[in-house]
Amino acid sequence: MAAEYAIELRNINKSFGSVAANKNINLTVKQGEILALLGENGSGKTTLMNMLSGIYKPDSGQIFVDGKEVVINSPEDSKKLGIGMVHQHFKLVEIFSAADNIWLGAEPGDGGKKAGLSRVLLKKERYDEIARTAEQFGFHIDPKKPVQAMSVSEKQTLEIIKVLYYGAKIVILDEPTAVLTVQEIEKLFDILRKMKAQGRSIIIISHKLNEVLEISDRVAILRKGEYIGTVETAETDQEALTELMMGKKADLNIRRTKIEKKNPLLEIRDLTVKNDEGAIAIDHVNFYVRGGEMLGVAGIAGCGQKELCEAIAGLRKIESGMMNHNGESIVGLSPQKIIEMGISMSFIPEDRLGMGLAPSLSITDNMILKKYKNNRLSPLVDRKTARRDAQEVIDELEVVTPSAEIPVRRLSGGNVQKVLLGREIKSEPNVLITAYPVRGLDINSSYTIYRILDDLKQKGVGILFVGEDLDVLLALCDKIMVLCHGKVMGVVHASKTTKEQLGLMMTGVLDLSEANGKTAGIAKDSNIKEVQP
Amino acid sequence: MNRLDVFTLFLFNIVVYNIPLLYGTVGEIIIEKSGSLNLGVEGIMAVGAIFGYLVGCYTNSLAVGILTSFICAGLFGIVFAVLTVTMQANQNVTGLTMTTFGVGLFFFIGKGLSGSWPVMTQYASVNDGFKNPILIPLLSKIPVLGKAFFSHNILVYLGILIAVGVWFYMNKTKAGLRLRAIGENPAAADSMGINITLYKYVHIILGSGIMGIGGYYMGLNLGGSFEGSNCWINGYGWIAVALVIFANWSTAKAILGTLVFGFFNTLQIYSGSLAYAFPKALGFLSKVPPQLYQALPFIITAIVLILTSVRKSNKSAQPAALGLNYYREER
Repeated sequence: MAAEYAIELRNINKSFGSVAANKNINLTVKQGEILALLGENGSGKTTLMNMLSGIYKPDSGQIFVDGKEVVINSPEDSKKLGIGMVHQHFKLVEIFSAADNIWLGAEPGDGGKKAGLSRVLLKKERYDEIARTAEQFGFHIDPKKPVQAMSVSEKQTLEIIKVLYYGAKIVILDEPTAVLTVQEIEKLFDILRKMKAQGRSIIIISHKLNEVLEISDRVAILRKGEYIGTVETAETDQEALTELMMGKKADLNIRRTKIEKKNPLLEIRDLTVKNDEGAIAIDHVNFYVRGGEMLGVAGIAGCGQKELCEAIAGLRKIESGMMNHNGESIVGLSPQKIIEMGISMSFIPEDRLGMGLAPSLSITDNMILKKYKNNRLSPLVDRKTARRDAQEVIDELEVVTPSAEIPVRRLSGGNVQKVLLGREIKSEPNVLITAYPVRGLDINSSYTIYRILDDLKQKGVGILFVGEDLDVLLALCDKIMVLCHGKVMGVVHASKTTKEQLGLMMTGVLDLSEANGKTAGIAKDSNIKEVQP
Repeated sequence: MNRLDVFTLFLFNIVVYNIPLLYGTVGEIIIEKSGSLNLGVEGIMAVGAIFGYLVGCYTNSLAVGILTSFICAGLFGIVFAVLTVTMQANQNVTGLTMTTFGVGLFFFIGKGLSGSWPVMTQYASVNDGFKNPILIPLLSKIPVLGKAFFSHNILVYLGILIAVGVWFYMNKTKAGLRLRAIGENPAAADSMGINITLYKYVHIILGSGIMGIGGYYMGLNLGGSFEGSNCWINGYGWIAVALVIFANWSTAKAILGTLVFGFFNTLQIYSGSLAYAFPKALGFLSKVPPQLYQALPFIITAIVLILTSVRKSNKSAQPAALGLNYYREER
C-alpha cells in the first residue's frame, strides 16, 4: 500500500552564502495529483525542486519519498527514487540526436535486463526503441533528429520523454510554459493530465495564475523563500492567489494612456532581411511607429521578430528596403551611431541569458557598457554617473539585489531582465524596441515593466513591443502588427480587434495587409517622399 | 641505392618518425572529449619517455618499457585531474605547469644518472625488439608500399591500433557516448546520473598514458641517448595539441593528419636524397635553404590552425564545454 504522500518535505533550509533561498519549507505532494508551486521570481521554487532532483543538497531538513525518509546526494539518487525533473534551461546535448540524449542515461528502462554487448555498444536499434517508447507515452518524435535542429517545444517534449523513459513516478516541471505558444501549452497540459491519469505525481512550477488554476489540483505558495501555504485549486481564484503570492493585493489592470498623435518617428518600408541560414526572415515589411505610440508585434515564435529587431538596431545586414528615423535613413549605420540617434533595443532571447549584458560584470559596469563614450573629455570611465544610474534602476524597477556591485549572473532571471530594460531606459531613447521584456517574469515584475513602458510612451517615446501574450498586447499597445512567416498580415488598432482575429492573422488565415485598397503600415504623413510603386 | 629505394625509405621514415605524434594526439583527443583542455602533452610525454626508457632497459624488456611509460605518464596525469577536476583549478595554467614540471623531471632524472645512463644497444631485447621490423603477412610483400607501410616496429602498429580502437570506443559504445556528453554539456550528463568526476579521471589518466607511450617511442627513435640539452619530445607535444584541431577531434582523422604532417617533417631530412635521386622532378628541393625545412613543421602547424579556424564553426567537433570546469551547484 502506497503512502498518501508521494513527496513530503519537512523543515527544509538552504542558503547560498548569506542569502537564505529556502527557510523552513514544508511541502506535501499527494499520489497522482498535479501540484502547482507558485511564487514570484527569486522566491525559491527552483532551489527547492533542485534539492529533489539532486542538484543541491539541503542544509537541513528531511525529505520523504513514498513515506520513507531519503537522502538525495546526486541526480542519480534522485533518478533511482523515481523523481524526474524537466529543467527550465533544458539539459540536453545539442549535437546529439534525440535518441542519444535519452540513451546516455545510466541503464535503459528495462532495468538492465538486456544482456551483454547491447548494453555496451551503440546499436541502430536504439532509435527504434526510443521511438517505440515515445509512442507508448503518446509522443511522436524523430529519434535521429539532432537537438540543435529542434524547436523549443520539441526540446521540452524530448525532456519529458527522457524523464518518462527512466520510469519517473514523480515529475517536476520548472516553468514549462514560459517559452511555449498557446497551442503548445494546451498540448502540454493534455500530456500532464494523461500522466496524472497514469498515476504519476506532478509538480509544476509556475507564476502564471490562469495556468495554475487550469491545470493543478492544489497550489502551494512560496514567498521570499518561505512557505506560505497550500490551497485547493477548486476553492481559490486569481485574486486570492495573487495576494498569497505577493503578500498584498495587486492591481491587475494594464494601463494604456492615449496621447496626442505625433509624427512618424521610425518608418520601415519594403524591408527584407535574411536569417542566419540565409533564408528570407522578413519579407517586404512596411510599418511605422509614431512618437508616443506603442506598436505591438504579434506572431508565432520565430516569424522574423529577432531578425527585424536586429536589422533596426544595425546588428544585421538588410537585403533591401528603407529604414528611416525622423526622415533620416539608418540603413548601413553602425550600431553605435544608431544608439546615438536615440534608437535603443533590448531583446530577451528564449533562454533569457546572454543578450546585452555581461554576466560577470556588476550592474554598474553593465551600465557603463552602453554609455562609456559619453564622457568624451576624459580617458577614464565615469563610474559616478554609472553608479547613480545603477542605483536608480534598482530603486525604480525594484531589482532585488544586495548591491549594485555584485555580478549580474548572481541575480535571478527576472532581475537580470529588469537591469537590461532599465539600462535601455536610462539611455533616454526616443525609439525603444523591446522584445519579450516580460519573458518568464512574475506578475509583479511584469506589471512594473508595463507601467514603465507606458510612462515612456507618455514622454513621447515611440515603442515597438514584440510580445507573446496576446491579452497583454491587446491591453497595452495602441496598434498591433501581425507577422506570419516574415510577412505583415496587417496592422490593426488594439481597441478594434480581438484575440481570435489576431490568432487567425498569426496563422496566415486572415490577411489584412491590403485591406480597404491601401497597404498596411504606410503613414499618410510619411517622411519618406518618393512613392513606392 | 636506387631511386625507388630512396623513395621507399622516405615513406618508411614518414611513418617511423611521426607515429609518436599520433600517440600524443590521440591521448589529447580523449582528454579533450571529456571537456578538459590539457596543455601538458609535452611534459606528460617526457615523463612517459624517461621512465619507460629506464625501466625498459633495467628489465631488458620492450614490453615492460611500454607498460611503464603508460603507467607513469598516467600517474603523472592524475596531477592534472586532481588540480582541475577536484580542485577546480584553471586548466590552461595547470596544463602549462604540467609541461614545465614534466620536462623538468626529465632533465632532473637524466642529469642525475649521467654517469650510469643505460645505453640502448647494450639491452638486446629492447634494441632488437624495437629495431627489427614485424612484417605483416602478404601486405609486406607489395613492392614499395610493403616496405613503407607494412614492415614496421611494434609501436607503429600499436599506435594505429589505439587510434582505431579509440575511434570505435568514442563513436560506437555507450561509455563513449557518455564521455562525449560530458565534454558537450556536463550539466546534462550529470542530470542523467553519469559520474562526471569518475569519467574525467579515467579518461585523463588513459589519455596521459597513451601520450606517455608516444614519448617512450620518441626516446627509442633517438637511440635512447641523453644529451642534457635537448628533451626527447622537442616540441612534438605542442604539435599534437594543434593536430587535435586539424583532426577535428577524430582519432581516425588523426592518423591521416599525422602522416600529412609527417610528410613535411620528413622532407627536412630527405630533401637532399630525393633531389639527388630525382634530379629532374625534385631537384629544386636541394635549393631550398635548410632553415626553411626546420621551420616547415611549425609553419605547417600555423597554416593548419588558420585553415581549420576558417572552417565553419558548426562543422567543428570541438566539445562545447572544452576548458570549462564543472561544478554542480553553480548558479
